[in-house]
Parts: sequence; structure tokens; C-alpha cells
Amino acid sequence: MTTATLEDRNRRTMLLAFGGALAMLGLGYAAVPLYDLFCRVTGFGGTTQVATEAEASAAERMATLAGGKSFSIRFDANTARDMPWDFRPTQVTDRVAVGQRDMATYIARNNSDQPITGTATFNVEPEQAGRYFNKIQCFCFTEQTLQPGQEIRMPVLYFVDPAVMDDPNMKDVEQITLSYTFHRAIENEETKTGELAEQDS
Amino acid sequence: MATTAEGFDAHHEDHAAHDHADHKPGFFARWFMSTNHKDIGTLYLIFAIIAGIIGGVISGAMRAELAAPGLQYMGMIVDMMGGDGSSFDQQGHMWNVLITAHGLIMVFFMVMPAMIGGFGNWFVPLMIGAPDMAFPRMNNISFWLTVAGFFSLLFSLFVPGGVGLGAGTGWTVYAPLSTSGSVGPAVDFAIFSLHLAGAGSILGATNFITTIFNMRAPGMTLHKMPLFVWSVLVTAFLLLLALPVLAAAITMLITDRNFGTTFFDPAGGGDPVLYQHLFWFFGHPEVYIMILPGFGMVSQIVATFSRKPVFGYLGMAYAMVAIGVVGFIVWAHHMYTVGLDVNTKMYFTAATMVIAVPTGIKIFSWIATMWGGSIEFKSPMVWAMGFIFLFTVGGVTGVVLANGGIDDNLHDSYYVVAHFHYVLSMGAVFSIFAGFYYWFPKMSGRWHSEFLSHLHFWVFFIGVNVIFFPQHFLGLNGMARRYPDYTAAFEYWNQISSYGYVIMAGSMIIFFVNIGYALVAGKRAAGNYWGEGATTLEWSLSSPPPFHQFETLPVIEDHHSADDHISDRPATA
Repeated sequence: MTTATLEDRNRRTMLLAFGGALAMLGLGYAAVPLYDLFCRVTGFGGTTQVATEAEASAAERMATLAGGKSFSIRFDANTARDMPWDFRPTQVTDRVAVGQRDMATYIARNNSDQPITGTATFNVEPEQAGRYFNKIQCFCFTEQTLQPGQEIRMPVLYFVDPAVMDDPNMKDVEQITLSYTFHRAIENEETKTGELAEQDS
Repeated sequence: MATTAEGFDAHHEDHAAHDHADHKPGFFARWFMSTNHKDIGTLYLIFAIIAGIIGGVISGAMRAELAAPGLQYMGMIVDMMGGDGSSFDQQGHMWNVLITAHGLIMVFFMVMPAMIGGFGNWFVPLMIGAPDMAFPRMNNISFWLTVAGFFSLLFSLFVPGGVGLGAGTGWTVYAPLSTSGSVGPAVDFAIFSLHLAGAGSILGATNFITTIFNMRAPGMTLHKMPLFVWSVLVTAFLLLLALPVLAAAITMLITDRNFGTTFFDPAGGGDPVLYQHLFWFFGHPEVYIMILPGFGMVSQIVATFSRKPVFGYLGMAYAMVAIGVVGFIVWAHHMYTVGLDVNTKMYFTAATMVIAVPTGIKIFSWIATMWGGSIEFKSPMVWAMGFIFLFTVGGVTGVVLANGGIDDNLHDSYYVVAHFHYVLSMGAVFSIFAGFYYWFPKMSGRWHSEFLSHLHFWVFFIGVNVIFFPQHFLGLNGMARRYPDYTAAFEYWNQISSYGYVIMAGSMIIFFVNIGYALVAGKRAAGNYWGEGATTLEWSLSSPPPFHQFETLPVIEDHHSADDHISDRPATA
């Protein structure tokens, strides 16, 4: 037995235990950025990847060497409940060879009488396709502001990574659905409540 | 009795005239400012019984509603609570409020207080030969935080929670239903209730860990500790590591609800599925928190009434450690349907099934303990044997549900409801009753009626099986959980299930009559009333034990094994 009194030993054990609890509390919060990072790196949950022009060209060259498969890409568009926009793709499906750069276009129209800033969330289905679905350019990278009644066409420039052909989990996948949902940008919440207050007065 | 340290004996002689071991403070100071682990244990048990009655009455309302298709009683309950009973939406919301309250009350305010706060507080210090818990005043704070949490939850029933009064989110409090889906303060009060109960449990866990590590009697090594103490030690670690994650998750819910953060709101870059990951990272260890102390109690009881040391002591202890460790890496089997890819599902399926191995070791060892033993069917033993049987049934359906592929079909069906009630409302509750009858004369000093205890067992056993066994059929036939109404095809088994509730409720009357009888007219209990099979240190004390126990410090000697702490040195030694 050590020379420390029982009281000292108790205090030390208690502090260690509280330290453990605090560490787990910290881990709970650290899970937020870690989960985000994990999804972006692994494509977990159908999270798509971001690629540069250079990477896209490299992929294209690789694909011509590998030859082969093409995917049907289906485009899906949704809006959040409180979002008064029309939002749709110009074409519902497209066929694209692996590694080939392709452009899809979505159309958004603001039906309200106020300017609204929107931000789009996105993923692909099936979810294991997320890590191979690369976007070079996307309207979802930034916020979009539409004036009352304004309609815009928004491009997505994407390609499917040739590495997809080495993944046994992607073997039976013929179609990839790219889905977007437009939400009001969060900064907008304040202007929204402000406008409501004005209407009330 | 274990050998006595000489110095303490001498001290005792000096004060023989007034027995200060039994000096108790006045009523208010004793029960409201208590620092005595036995009194706090008693408070926890009383609290758990009261919360259990409330949670049980709520399940009665649910079984009444489910006895027939259509909505019969929800409108009445909405009116009673002060809402608009004619509103269909409010009736549906009331159903959600009831399932939420039932789940939260039974988990946080019945099972946990009874097992850890009640039996843990009472018997961990006694079994390891300690005078009290390491931090008696923190112990008191733990209890009253739990009570405050309970009141916060009850208060939530009377404030707006979106469609009607009360928090209708389910015990899991999933976003976005609990954030943008529930306007009004009810959900905030429910979440705050979890904060308070969680804080109380974390303090309690710290207290147990410190007590068990530092205050064991001389000679009682970790490998000589009673299995119940082992079970509480593992449980305390699970609490300490799991509850802060829940605290983080529900604090994020609070700020998402009130302060404009978007942890779980996709509009701001958050993800509601992250909440499910965080919740179940807590939630799965939580289900082991609710059952491990039961494992410990059953081990003590089976050994006592078989008059044999428990089979495979070390295997039993480390099986609990293994269950605790593996319990932290299987959480996503609660969320197979959120869209996990096949590989992730395969991992969680395999990891979940691995838990069946240490659990199987425990079931095997209990049976092996009984094998060849001199079995006495006293009331704690029949409850413990009921536990082993019913927990195994629940465990088998658990292995079925562990399969990611099968779960796609059974997720959120009554099969799941049947499964977790077999392991909790039968597993955990049977072990609580086993422990209760095992230790009630020790705690109160008076005998319950063994006849009524056996009667309670049989009626309860039949009742809960009639309630929950048919729910397997309902679930396999596709009845979804969390709805107050169902298609007429499900009426037959639902009606039978509701009859079962009436039987179960009848058994609770027997239970209360039994307690009343014991307190009013029960025979006085001796120190070691179970006889030679009972070998842990609490049996070396009077019943009830003195207010301050172990004035003579017990010493565990070399000839004492993990299964025997009180026999005298053998003559040959």
C-alpha cells in the first residue's frame, strides 16, 4: 500500500474519472468535425468528392486506357419545406462514360416576392458511389441568391472516377442518382423573421 | 466473521456504554441531507418504485389503447391533461408523449436508480468491507439530481411541445423531430431532465469507481471481489464513458433548438444522422448499464441458493468486462436503415454477434453453477432462474435482429419491441426483483412472505410473457411500433397482449401487499438468514446492518477465496 492517505487516493481517482468523463464529452463534440471529415474522405453516406480540372483530365486519360463502362446518371431536385423556389433538372437522366466529363443543368426560380439566398445539400445514391463521383464545378459549392421572380440555370460539371471499375461493391451498379435539396441559407433566417416582423406592424 | 483487526476492537470496548454505531440523525437530516450509503440506497429504491408505478401506469394506458384498432382513450387522456381531446393531431401527439415518457422513465428513473443507485449503493460498500462510499455528500447530490431530473421530465408533460402538450419525440429524441419538429418548451424540459439524470449518474459512477478501487477491505484483491461489485464497477465505467457523449449530443440539440446552431440541420451543413450516431454510441452501452448489475446480482443469488461457488469466477468477471468493451463498438446496429453500405452493415452485424460469446459464457456458467448444486427454490432463486430463461429468449431474438439484412425488414416493428422488453422488462426487472427479495430482509430487518414472493413471481412471469410473446408475431407480420392505431388484422394478438398487462398489474398488487406485510408484521430477520450459501461480507452483519458498519474492520485472509469472505480459518490451517 502506498503512503498516501485514503483521502488523497480517493481525490486522485475521482479526478482521473472526471478527466475521463470530460474527455468523452470533448470527443462527443469532436465527433461533429470528425464525422464531416470522415464523410468527405470516404464518401460515406453518398458524400460526393471535389476534383480540380487537372484531376479531371488525368481521370479522362486513365479512363481511355482502361476503356469501358458507362453509367446512367439520374438527376433529382428537392426543396426544403419553407423554400418557395421551383427547382428542377433540365434533363432527368444522362448517360456518361467512366472518366468522361459531363455537364448537367438545373433550373431554379424564386416564386416569392422577396430575394432569397439558398444553399444546396447533396449526395448520391447508391451510397458506395459517393467516393467515385467527382464534381469539378457545382452551384452547391456556393450560396445562390435569387431576386423575386428570377430564374437561373445552374451547371454541375462532374465525372465518375475510373477507380470505380476496381471496386467490387460497384460491380452491379448501373445507375447513380445525384440528388440536391435547396434550403434557405441560415443567414437568411434573421432577414426572414425581420420581414415577418415588418408585416406584422 | 472475518478476522478482526485488534486495534479496532480495543476502540470499541471504550465506547461500549453508548453504541455510537447506531446513532442516527433526525428525520429531515437523515432522509433529505443523507450521507449514509444505506439510506441513500433506500431513497433510490423508493424513488425507483414510485417512478416504476408512474411508468407502469403509462404502459397501462398504452395497452388499453392498443387492445383494439382505432383510437379509444387518447382523446380522454388529452382532455385530462388539459388539451383539446377532439383534435386528431393532439390524440396522436399524446401517444408519442406516452411512449416517450414510458421509455425515459423506465430507463433513467426506474431501472438505473434501482440497480445502480439502490442495490449498488446499499451493497457495494458492504460487500467490499468499506464503512461508506468514498464521497458520501456527492452521493447525496447524485440522488437529488436524479429526482430533479424526474421532475423536469414530469413538468414537460404540462407545457406545449408542438402539436399538443408534452414532448413526443420517443426516448431517442431524434433530430429533426426533436428540433424543428417540436416547437415549444416541452422538449427542452425533457432534454434538461436527461442532463440532470446524466450528471447524477456520472457523479455516482465516479463515486463507485473510487470506492471500489480504494476502499476494499485489506486482503480483498480485485480477483476476490464479489461478482456484484465487479458488475457495478464495469457499469460505472460504461456510465462514465457513455453518458458524456449523450450530454454532448443533447446539448447540441438544445443549441440547435434555441440558439441557431445547425449541428443536425442540413440547411446549415449539419446532418441528422450524426445525432443518431452520437445517441447510439451512448445508447448501446446504456442497455448494458441496465443489465450488468442484474448479471452481478443473479451471480450472487444463483451461487447462494446452489450452495456452490459460482462456476468460472474469473470468466464471469471478464465476460462482463468484455461485454462492456464490445458494447462501445456496435452502436450502428440500431440504425441499419439510415443507409449504411453493405460493408459497414457486415462489420456491425459481426461485432454485435460477438457479444453473444461473453453473454453465452455467463448463461453457461450460471447453469453450471446450479449443476450438481444443493438447490433451494427460495424466492430470489426462482426470480433469478426466471431471469436466466427469459433473458436468453431476449438474447436469441437479439441475435436475429443483429443481422443487418433481416433488420431491414424488422426495424421499428413490434419484433424489436418484444426483443428489448424480453431483455429489459423481463431480464432487468426479474433481476431487480430477485435482488429485492434476496436483500429485502437485510435492508429492512424484516421478512417478506415467501409465499407471496413466489405467487408474485408466477403471476408476473405469466403476465409479462402474455404481454410480450405475441408481440413477436405482430412484428413478424409487419406491425410497426410507435403507432396508437393498427389494421384489424393485428387485433387478435394485441388484445391478448393487453390481457397480459392486466395479469402483470395484478402481480404488482401482490408485490405491494408483500412489502406492506413485511414492514407491518414481518418476522425479524437474522444476520445471515440464507445460511451457509451466503458468503459475502454483508451477511457478517446484522439485519438491518448498523447505521455505521464495520467498526471492526473485516480482513480477507489467504484462505478466503472470491466465493467466501466470512468463513473462519479451517482447523487444519
